[in-house]
Amino acid sequence: MRGQEAREQAGRKALMATLAHAEADEIARLWNEAGLPSEAELLRGPETGLVTVRGRIGGGGAPFNVGEATVTRATVRLPSGQVGHSYALGRDQDKARLAAIADALWQDPAQREAVEAKLAAPLRAALDAARETRRVETAATKVDFFTMVRGED
Amino acid sequence: MYVAVKGGEAAIANAHRLLADRRRGDRAVPALRLDQIVEQLALGVDRVMSEGSLYDRELAALAVVQARGDMIEAIFLVRAYRTTLPRFGYTNPVDTGTMQVERRISATYKDLPGGQVLGPTFDYTHRLLDPELAAGAEVETPAQRPVEPEAMPRVSAILAHEGLIEADGDMPLDHVPGDITREPLQFPMARDIRLQALSRGDEGFLLALGYSTQRGYARNHPFVGEIRIGEVELELDVPELPFAVPLGSIRVTECQMVNQFKGSAKAPPQFTRGYGLVFGQSERKAMAMALCDRALRAGELGEDVVAAAQDEEFVISHSDNVQATGFVEHLKLPHYVDFQAELGLVRRMRAEYEARENEDRPEQKREAAE
Repeated sequence: MRGQEAREQAGRKALMATLAHAEADEIARLWNEAGLPSEAELLRGPETGLVTVRGRIGGGGAPFNVGEATVTRATVRLPSGQVGHSYALGRDQDKARLAAIADALWQDPAQREAVEAKLAAPLRAALDAARETRRVETAATKVDFFTMVRGED
Repeated sequence: MYVAVKGGEAAIANAHRLLADRRRGDRAVPALRLDQIVEQLALGVDRVMSEGSLYDRELAALAVVQARGDMIEAIFLVRAYRTTLPRFGYTNPVDTGTMQVERRISATYKDLPGGQVLGPTFDYTHRLLDPELAAGAEVETPAQRPVEPEAMPRVSAILAHEGLIEADGDMPLDHVPGDITREPLQFPMARDIRLQALSRGDEGFLLALGYSTQRGYARNHPFVGEIRIGEVELELDVPELPFAVPLGSIRVTECQMVNQFKGSAKAPPQFTRGYGLVFGQSERKAMAMALCDRALRAGELGEDVVAAAQDEEFVISHSDNVQATGFVEHLKLPHYVDFQAELGLVRRMRAEYEARENEDRPEQKREAAE
C-alpha cells in the first residue's frame, strides 16, 4: 500500500512538472485534439502571486533568499468530484486552469490513461527533445585539451 | 510664512504624453514586440530580472521597453510591480548540482568531471563590431555533439576532499533565512541576508567593488573555482499537496570564488570562498557578487577591515540601485521652500561676515605697518 501510494504521488507530481514546463498553447492544442473534458468548477483562482526563490550558501550550505518569481495557481473541482491543483511559473491563467483540470482528471481512474497518453506523453516527448537538443548543443562547446609535445624525440 | 503652491498638472500630463510619443519614436519604424526583446536582448532582460529581484522574462521585457532601455528605470518598474502581488511562499532551495548546464568553466582545474563547457559566451570573441549583423544576415544553427550525459558535480565538492578548502557556508540549524523584503536592514547582518542584498545589488557598483579588491583594497587572491549557468528546477511546499509541487525551471548563474588565505587568529591557512548566485545569464554580476561576499567576510575570518569592499554597512546600504536612484533623483523635485530658507540663512551669514571684515580691516592695516 505504501509503495503504491508513493508511486501514485510520483506519477501525479510528474504530470504537474510536465504541465508546469509546457507552453499554454501546446497544452490547449493537445487538449482539443484529445477531446478531454474541460468542465470544472473553479474553487480558487486562477491567481498570480510570488514565490521567493531560495538558494544555498556555497551551493550546498544554509539556505538564503535569492529573489522572487511570478507563479500562477488554480484549484478546480470536476463534476465527478475530483479536486485538482496547478502551480506554474509565469502569469498564464488559462494554462493554470487547464493544468488544474488535468490534475483532477488524472485522479479519476476512468480518465488517467487518456491524460497520460494524449496530454502528458506528447508534452513530455517535446520537452525531452528540446532538452536533448540543448544538451548536445552545449556538449559541442566542451573543450578537448591536448598536450603539445615540444623538442625532438 | 509658509505659502503652499499648486500647479503643473497640465504640464505633467503633456510631459507624459510626450514621453509616450518619444518612446514610440518614428512611426515608420516597426514597434518592438516583447518576444523580440526577450529573445534578442536576453541578457538585458536577465539584468532587469536580477536587480529587479523578480524572475519573469515578459515583465522584464515590458519594463525595458517602457523605460526606453533605461535599465535602472526598468528595474524600478519591476520592483514596484512585485509589491502588488501576494506571496505564496518560499521555494525549496535550488540544487545547482543538478542544473541543466549551458555553460560550466573552472579556472582552477583543467580536467574535472563534466569538463569545461564554454556555452554561449562572449569570451574569446575579438570584440569587433559585426556589420553582417547590422545587415540582418542569417545565422548558422549550432553544432551538436551527441555524447552520453555526464554528471557535473560542483567544483567545491571536488576540492572539499583534501580538506584545504572551507565547507559551504553553514548556519545554525535553527536559523531562519532572513528576508530583506520583510524586515528592515540591520547591521551587522548574517551572511544569508548579505547574499540576498548582493544578489539584487547593482551590477556596476558590485563590479567596481570587486575590482577594487583585486587592485589591492582588501586583497584576497581570488580564483574562479567554477562558474555555471543553466536551468534549475523550482519546487514549493504547499499545504494542499502531500509532495513539493514542481513550478518549472529558471535560469541562474552561479560563481564559486576560491581565495587563498594565509590564516588568522580565527582560522588556519586554507582556501576560503565567496559565493555568487543570480537570476539569468549574468556571469559578471555573479563574479562581482562572489568577490564582495568574500571581502565582506573579513570580520568572520579575523582579517583587518581596511577597505570599502569589506565594510558591510557601506556596501549593503549602497548596493541597491532603486534606493540609490530614488535618493539622488529626489534632488530634482521642487525644494523651493527649503532653498528660500537656506538663501535667507546664507544672506545673513554673509552680512555678518562682511560686517566683521570691515571692523577687522583697519586694525590689520595698523598691525602690518608696525
